[in-house]
Amino acid sequence: MLEIKNLHARVEEAEILRGINLTVNAGEVHAIMGPNGSGKSTLAHVLAGRDDYEVTNGEVLFQGKNLLEMEIDERAGEGVFLAYQYPVEIPGISTKYFLKAALNSIRAYRGEQRCSAKEFLKLAKDKMQMLDMDKSLLDRGVNEGFSGGEKKRNEIFQMAVLQPKLAILDETDSGLDIDALRIVADGVNSLRSAGRAIIVVTHYQRLLEYIVPDKVHVLADGRIVRSGDKTLALALEEKGYALVEGERETVPSPA
Amino acid sequence: MIASDNNIQRISDQFAQFHADLESATPPWLTGLRREAFRRFEDLGFPTTRQEEWRFTNVKRIAETVFALAEIPAPLNLGTISPFVLDEDYLRLVFVNGHYIGDLSATGATPHGAVVGSLSAALADRPKLIEDHLGKLASDDHACFAALNSAFIRDGAFIHVPRGVMINQPIHLLFISTDSSSPTASYPRNLIIAQRDSRATIIESYVGLSDGVYLTNAVTEISVSENAVVDHCKLQQESTDGYHVATTQVRQQRASQFSSHYFSLGGQLVRNEVDVILDGEGCECTLNALYIADGDQHMDNRTRIDHAKPHCNSHELYKGILDERAKGVFNGKIYVHPDAQKTDAKQSNRVLLLSDDAVIDTKPQLEIYADDVKCTHGATVGQIDETALYYLRSRGVSEDLARSLLVYAFANEIASALELETVREHVERFLLAGQSLTEL
Repeated sequence: MLEIKNLHARVEEAEILRGINLTVNAGEVHAIMGPNGSGKSTLAHVLAGRDDYEVTNGEVLFQGKNLLEMEIDERAGEGVFLAYQYPVEIPGISTKYFLKAALNSIRAYRGEQRCSAKEFLKLAKDKMQMLDMDKSLLDRGVNEGFSGGEKKRNEIFQMAVLQPKLAILDETDSGLDIDALRIVADGVNSLRSAGRAIIVVTHYQRLLEYIVPDKVHVLADGRIVRSGDKTLALALEEKGYALVEGERETVPSPA
Repeated sequence: MIASDNNIQRISDQFAQFHADLESATPPWLTGLRREAFRRFEDLGFPTTRQEEWRFTNVKRIAETVFALAEIPAPLNLGTISPFVLDEDYLRLVFVNGHYIGDLSATGATPHGAVVGSLSAALADRPKLIEDHLGKLASDDHACFAALNSAFIRDGAFIHVPRGVMINQPIHLLFISTDSSSPTASYPRNLIIAQRDSRATIIESYVGLSDGVYLTNAVTEISVSENAVVDHCKLQQESTDGYHVATTQVRQQRASQFSSHYFSLGGQLVRNEVDVILDGEGCECTLNALYIADGDQHMDNRTRIDHAKPHCNSHELYKGILDERAKGVFNGKIYVHPDAQKTDAKQSNRVLLLSDDAVIDTKPQLEIYADDVKCTHGATVGQIDETALYYLRSRGVSEDLARSLLVYAFANEIASALELETVREHVERFLLAGQSLTEL
C-alpha cells in the first residue's frame, strides 16, 4: 500500500529525514518509535503533505501512485489520514459542519454520492458512542477549548468517520490518561482491517500494549535504524533508546 | 473645499424650508433644539482628515453630494419588505426614508405602560417625556453628523420601558431607503428609555432598495437606568452605493447591563460610532462587532467607553474582514475617569485581510486616570491561519473551501455570540452566502 524509498526531507536548512525506506502493506499495523527529534513527526507530516517540509530526495508510492506530487487534500481523497499530535483549534466552525464538509469532499473526490445531513448525523453519533464522546461536541467549535485528551479522541473520531485507507497516528497517546488511552486504542483497533494500513508514531511503548503492531521500526537521526516485531518495542522499553545508540550513524537502514 | 462650502449653503436653505414647513406644528423647545443643532453644524462644517477623529475617513463624497430630504414614497407592500422582516413574532416598527409607516409595522400588545412606537407620535402624545430625554445623551458638540441629525429630527423609534417592566418580544426597528432618481438623505432619530429594573431587546436594521446614492444619518440614544438590561443589535445592510453615518449613544446607570452587537455588512461609505458612558457602579457593557467589506467599501468603526464610576466591566471585540480594495478603520477609546477604580476593561480588534490591497487603520486608545484598574487592549491583523488551512486540507477539504470555511469561522465568532436565534441565523445565512457555503 505504502512504499517509501530513500526519503530525504528538510525544514529550512536542517535535514530531518535522511533516507527513510519503509514498506507498509494493507492490513498491517506498523509502529514507528524513536527519541525526540528523530524525525517521527516530520515523516508523518511529509506523508500528509505539509509544505513546511521540502522533500529533497526519494519517492513515496501510495497504492502505486506518486504521493509526493499530490495536493494535501488529494492525499486525503486517496485515503491518507493523519491524526495530529497537536490538533488545531478552529473556533467559529462546528465539528459537525467541518467533518461533513470533509466527508463530502472526499466522497466528491472519489466520485461517490454526497452524504445527507441525516446519514451523516447517524454515522457521527455511532462513532461517538464507540469512543464514549458526548454528542454536544458536534455543535462545538472544532477542538475549541478541548483538553489534550479530548482533542486526541476527536482525531480518532474523525478517522472513524472518514474511514481512511492509511491512517498515521502521530503521538496519539501523549496527553491521554489510561482510560482515554484504552478507549482510543479500542477505536483504532476497530478500524483494523484487511484493506487498511495503520502507522502508529509513538515515543513510548505504552500505546503498543493496546494497539499491537505487526512491525516496529526505530527511527534515529532521520533513518530507520532497526526494524523488528512487537518484541522490539518491549526491548526499547526496557533498555531505552540507548539500545540503538550505536546504530545511529553506522548501520544502514534496512529496506 | 469650495464644493462642500456651497453644499453647506444648500443644506442651510434646505433646513430653512424644513423648519418653515414644520414650525407651526412643533413645540418651541424642539424648534430651539433643531436651530441650535443646525448652528453647531454650520460652525463645525464637514470634518476633514486633518481632524484626529476623522483621520482615516474622508467624507468628501458625502460633503459634496447634494442630498434632497427623503420623502415618504408611494406605499410599499408587505411583500417588498418581507425579506427584511426578521421574525413575525417580533414587535416591528418600519420606517421608509425615515418616516414611520404604521401599515407595515406590528406593534402588537406591549406590557402595561410601555411604549413602542414612533417618535413623531410620541412628540404629539408625550411631549414632556420626549423633551426631558431627547438630545440629552447624544452630545453633538463636536460631531457634525449628529448635529445635522438633530437639526432634521422628525421621526424615528421611541421606546419607553417603565420601571420593572420587561418587554419579552424583541423589538425590530427596520429602516428602509427606497429608490430615487437623485440622492436623498434621511435622518432617523431613535430614543430608547429603559427605566429602573426594566428589560428590552432592540434590533435596528438598515437596508436599501436603491441602486443609487443615498445617505442615512442616524442617531440612537439609549438610557439604561439602574438594574435595567438592554440588548442592542444593529444590522447595517445598506445597498451598494449607500452612505451610512450613525451614532449610538448610551448612558448606563448603576448595575445596569448593556450589550451592543453591530454587524456592518453593506454600504459604500460607513461610519458607525458607539459611545457608552458607564455612569453608575457595577455596570456591565459589551460591545461586539463584525464588519465585512470588499470592492471599494470603506467602513469606519469608532467606539468610546467612558468608565466614569468604579467597579464597571467592559468587554469589546471588533472583528473585520477586508477583501479586494476595501478599507477599514477601528478607532476605539477607553477612558477611565479618576474616580473609576476597579475598572475592568478589555478591548480587542482583530482583522483578517484577504487581499494585498485591503487596508486597515487601527487605533486603540486607553486613557487611564485611575490607578487601581485592569485594562487590556490588543489588535491583530493577519491573513488566514496556515496551520488551520493545512488541518482542513489534510481532511480532504479543497483549498478554496478551506479558505471559505476559515473566513466564515472567523466571522462566526461574533455571530454565534448572538442570543437571539432568528438574528443569529439571519447573520449566519449572510455569512455562509458570502463564502458560497451551503447551510449548516
